[in-house]
Amino acid sequence: MTIHLLHIYDRNGNSLFAKEWSRKKSSNLTKVEEQKLLFGMIHSIKSFVTKMSPKDGKEGFISYTTSRYKIHFYESPTGLKFILLTDIFVGNIRETMKKLYSSVYVEFVVRNPLCPLNEPIRSSLFETKLETFMTGLSFFEDSN
Amino acid sequence: MTVFSIYIINKAGGLIYQYDHQKSSVEMEKTFSYPLDLKLEAYSDQVSVVFGQRDGIQVGHVVLAVNGKQTNGRKLEDGNDVIETIANEKNYPISIKFGRPKLTSNQKIMMASMFHSLYAISVQLSPVHGSSGIQKLETDTFTLHCNQTATGVKFVVIAEPRQVGIDSLLHRLYLIYSDFALKNPFYSLEMPIRTEQFDSHVLSAIESTEKTGSAA
Repeated sequence: MTIHLLHIYDRNGNSLFAKEWSRKKSSNLTKVEEQKLLFGMIHSIKSFVTKMSPKDGKEGFISYTTSRYKIHFYESPTGLKFILLTDIFVGNIRETMKKLYSSVYVEFVVRNPLCPLNEPIRSSLFETKLETFMTGLSFFEDSN
Repeated sequence: MTVFSIYIINKAGGLIYQYDHQKSSVEMEKTFSYPLDLKLEAYSDQVSVVFGQRDGIQVGHVVLAVNGKQTNGRKLEDGNDVIETIANEKNYPISIKFGRPKLTSNQKIMMASMFHSLYAISVQLSPVHGSSGIQKLETDTFTLHCNQTATGVKFVVIAEPRQVGIDSLLHRLYLIYSDFALKNPFYSLEMPIRTEQFDSHVLSAIESTEKTGSAA
């Protein structure tokens, strides 16, 4: 199993963090354009899902799968968005996504007074801890 | 186990067939005294709850009737404005009926073309080569399954997350489409499908999926 990439956005759609582990195909867009396209797509999916839902839901959009990859989505109540792209064999990783928020983002960004919120994360400590967290996941394996 | 609805989208993103299987929707009627403990706002031509949840009334629900009079957009049957009627203390106690907003046929067409573009973007954002678009979209209340044929027609089934046998239902829908839409001499390609035979076969395929988990 493979982890392709991770994106973190704030509630206004600014990219706070992006990291690639395994990426075989790059689109003909620039990094910034691609980040905006991804955010726009997730934003549209969220409104699509609320309108299409036959019942009142709590979590909303969770994930989608294509023939070759899968997107996992987690949004905190404050609007922070975590988007993880993996291969299609990864199951429901909702708890892992929550843990990524609570034990990596909150611990090493929110609790770091030198890390301004709502700005791209420039903390080597966060990057190291994130790397440890991701490589420790059972579905990480050889994502390079 | 339920199949909620079926959408068929042509290769240009137009909705050519839509069927809602589940008719019942949640509606709540309640009598309120002044002042109202919910915050209502007119939003995209409907009056909806924006704050305050109680007795099954949720944020996002819209006003369907006031004192037994149906609403028509932001107005009541008798021409009075919904917001003004609710704001007027003289009208209390007041009985208001709330429910989840239903998609109008125009909104369904919009949703279909929206899904068409989401499908295209998901291909473009793929980190690996040779990926298709969205085949399965999961949420906590429903799962959307999509099968795009080689000719670009998309069959979309919206069902309960636990529903099994969707793959065979999608395949069955494709067969019904080829047999009863494409072989119909009065059917012009890319146009909405209006054939009774098609409807009845779709219905029986859905019912058999719900009962046995297989559309065959």
